Amino acid sequence: METNLTINGTEQRLDLDPRTTLLDALRHHLGLTGSKKGCDHGQCGACTVMVNGRRINACLTLVCMHDGDEVTTIEGLGQPGNLSPLQEAFVNEDGFQCGYCTPGQICSATAMLKEISDGWPSHVTDDLDGKAKLTAEEISERMSGNLCRCSAYPNIVEAIRKAAGENT
Amino acid sequence: MTEQFKMDAPATARRLDDMAQGLVGAPLDRPEGPLKVTGTATYANEWQVRGMVHGVMVRAPDNSGRVVLANCDAVEKMPGVLAVIQDDRLLRNPAQGTANKAPIQGPQHAAYLGQLIAVVVAEGFEQARHAAQSLQVQLENGEVMPVDPATAAVEPQEAKTLDQGDLDGAMKDAAFSVDVTYTTPSHSSSPMEPHASIASWQGDDLTLRGSYQMLKYNRNELSDALGIHPDRLRILSPYVGGGFGSKLGIAPEAVAAAIAAKKVGRPVSVALQRPQVYEATMRRSETTQRVRLAADAEGRLTGLGHDARVSNLPGETFAEPVLQASYFLYAGENRKMSMELARVHRLCAGSVRAPGEAVGVTVFEGAMDELAVQIGMDPVELRRRNIPEKDPESGKEFSSRRFLEALDSGAETFGWANRPGVKERREGEWLIGYGMASAARVNVLMESQARVTLTPEGRARVETDMTDIGTGTYAILGQIAGDMLGLPRDAVDVVLGDTTLPPASGSGGSWGAASSGTSVYLACEAIRKQLAERLEVDENDLTLKDGMATFDNQARSLSDILNGDQIAKLGHVLPGDTSEAVRQATFGAYFAEVAVHAASGETRVRRMHGTFAAGRILNAKTARSQCLGGMTFGIGIALTEEMAFDPRDGHVANHNLAEYHIPVNADVPQLTVDLLEERDDWANPLQAKGIGELGICGAAAAITNAIYNATGVRVRDYPATLDKVIAGM
Repeated sequence: METNLTINGTEQRLDLDPRTTLLDALRHHLGLTGSKKGCDHGQCGACTVMVNGRRINACLTLVCMHDGDEVTTIEGLGQPGNLSPLQEAFVNEDGFQCGYCTPGQICSATAMLKEISDGWPSHVTDDLDGKAKLTAEEISERMSGNLCRCSAYPNIVEAIRKAAGENT
Repeated sequence: MTEQFKMDAPATARRLDDMAQGLVGAPLDRPEGPLKVTGTATYANEWQVRGMVHGVMVRAPDNSGRVVLANCDAVEKMPGVLAVIQDDRLLRNPAQGTANKAPIQGPQHAAYLGQLIAVVVAEGFEQARHAAQSLQVQLENGEVMPVDPATAAVEPQEAKTLDQGDLDGAMKDAAFSVDVTYTTPSHSSSPMEPHASIASWQGDDLTLRGSYQMLKYNRNELSDALGIHPDRLRILSPYVGGGFGSKLGIAPEAVAAAIAAKKVGRPVSVALQRPQVYEATMRRSETTQRVRLAADAEGRLTGLGHDARVSNLPGETFAEPVLQASYFLYAGENRKMSMELARVHRLCAGSVRAPGEAVGVTVFEGAMDELAVQIGMDPVELRRRNIPEKDPESGKEFSSRRFLEALDSGAETFGWANRPGVKERREGEWLIGYGMASAARVNVLMESQARVTLTPEGRARVETDMTDIGTGTYAILGQIAGDMLGLPRDAVDVVLGDTTLPPASGSGGSWGAASSGTSVYLACEAIRKQLAERLEVDENDLTLKDGMATFDNQARSLSDILNGDQIAKLGHVLPGDTSEAVRQATFGAYFAEVAVHAASGETRVRRMHGTFAAGRILNAKTARSQCLGGMTFGIGIALTEEMAFDPRDGHVANHNLAEYHIPVNADVPQLTVDLLEERDDWANPLQAKGIGELGICGAAAAITNAIYNATGVRVRDYPATLDKVIAGM
């Protein structure tokens, strides 16, 4: 099934089995293995990518549903030697161990910080109108769709706080 | 040239303390970090292998009977399908850690529900998945099999039995005594990367790109399973997306990929689906544990008993070593230990992070808390009073043991002195409690080899088939080599995870860092000697730093000394007499503050602190991260993790990450960790001990003891889910 979409700024024309998920299109057909398959069920967040700026689980959506969309994967956020502030902070704060959930964490955090700056509240936000404060509780709540079995959670929280601090 | 060293006597030189480069111990970033955060580290199922096709495995729908693939012919004709394979060599279950040979094989008979009995190969992944789902598996002449460990036939584990003194008498005469039975459920390692292998043959030679922890053993296990010579097999695992024991031994997908690749004549990738990871890799056995404690009026233990029942599949010898730390953690003259293994048709039981202590110390520490409450004594003080002078069974000395300091320092850091009385503190709807527990884990040295090459340019290359499963191997091996050879960290390249390199200990049992680190140390020491020979000085008088050698008031660069040559040495460490001469273990203490909701019984961990002593810390950053991970496993054990088995057929009812509840970010507060300064000369020449599992060994008890402190409810059936807590409130 023919699908035209933009991935990390590059236009891609795909003609794949209609059952192909966005995740498998990236991993099996485009060589973009930065997006990880942890569960294939939308339960772990390892495959998190951004579609038109919003974070989604790439395993839960078929690639043919994304004709005309703009997809950003971890490969689009930075490269070794040219890390994004979040990627840099994850390295410095040891926000990972095995590294398998990490691209998903970083894509998720990138979009999450945008959600906060856009004024989206979360379950733990006190003030529904103002901009949420970047407390550990706020970050943990918003990052709980991304599992990490090595459990770098405290370091992930620190990394996000540090990176966000640099930006503001 | 090989520098072989057997650990027969304490290594008192402590040479790493004298090295000028100052890398070992420093909290350096992981060198592979930039690859991991950009998605460019290559995990098993990510190699771009030309012509690769996809295999999907198929499971047995029940736990007994002869396997019949009813519609095999029709499935073989489905679009894209290349083969439906039910080869005799497929594994019944993964190999146990360090097995070094194939586990039980044969897909013709089902032994447990979820056993992987066939693989379907197709051009496209979607085609293979659909075809695998379409395959109708029938089981003929199945019988009703035991699946409940409480009622299944048991085998006593004689080697684990101990009967010293008279525990019954001690219990009768005790001023205070506790006789309690706890249960813990099965746990799943649940690494984020599902087990996956890509197999490709070049003639009779096989390359397997897999996700494995112990390549030296895995190569022998896989070649044994396939019936090929190990020399024909190369395994590559440079990056492993988490293991936690589940990738210690070769697993069904590797054998299936190898057989399939041979059959279809193309490289084949087989990745387990997440439910298959839960159903067909490894579980930690559930346990039933009876703990008896007898104490005098001052809270000194006069006797202790620990009896456990665990389970496994028929034919598997592994029995969760629940008693492992109970033999040495506390004093008490009269001691009784026993263990029995129930035979059940559930998936294989094997190593899950800290087999034994993860649940054994946890339960024992719950019982110790019960004793402290009964005596009316500070739980920290109860433990302080019962630290044995020597190993209470063998009379051997301990090697280094900063257990007392960990208890005191941890209590101080946490603010233990402010702990509330039972049911004393309430904040709105939340009941607040403090709890603590000791940490203990045996320490082991394993045979390991590494080659270090000092290049003419004055760079070093470390090569070994050791793995980094998130533990920090890339970081610490580079730090050790850098210190010993006087090179900045970025002048050392570390190459891991390839069986063509010298065989290492592998990652498991917390022995990887110390064992493989020692092999690197030995190789570097041999290089230092050769440099000293060239300079005609005593090696001990040689100071190496930043690529320069300083000696006799002279300084020369390494590249100048090498003069175009390179020096390559193989370091080879073997465990020796120090393993038996003393009791070696790591110790620590956990402290937790919980809030339990007065209406729902829901528990939130508000604060948690761990203080640990594990010999020399090789990298303060990665060591701390290991402890964070262990403590978080403890939060899971305490509150949420439980494999649920269907009582009718033993299948895993919650075989996915939405129903098997590992802690999420919001479940884990900003944990704190202190690592005590320590050197263990008996352990190895690095004076380092294992730290990968210490953080889990008792952690859950700190939380459940805190729940008791908050609510007065003692949950003896892990995990302490809200239904169990509220029932007691």
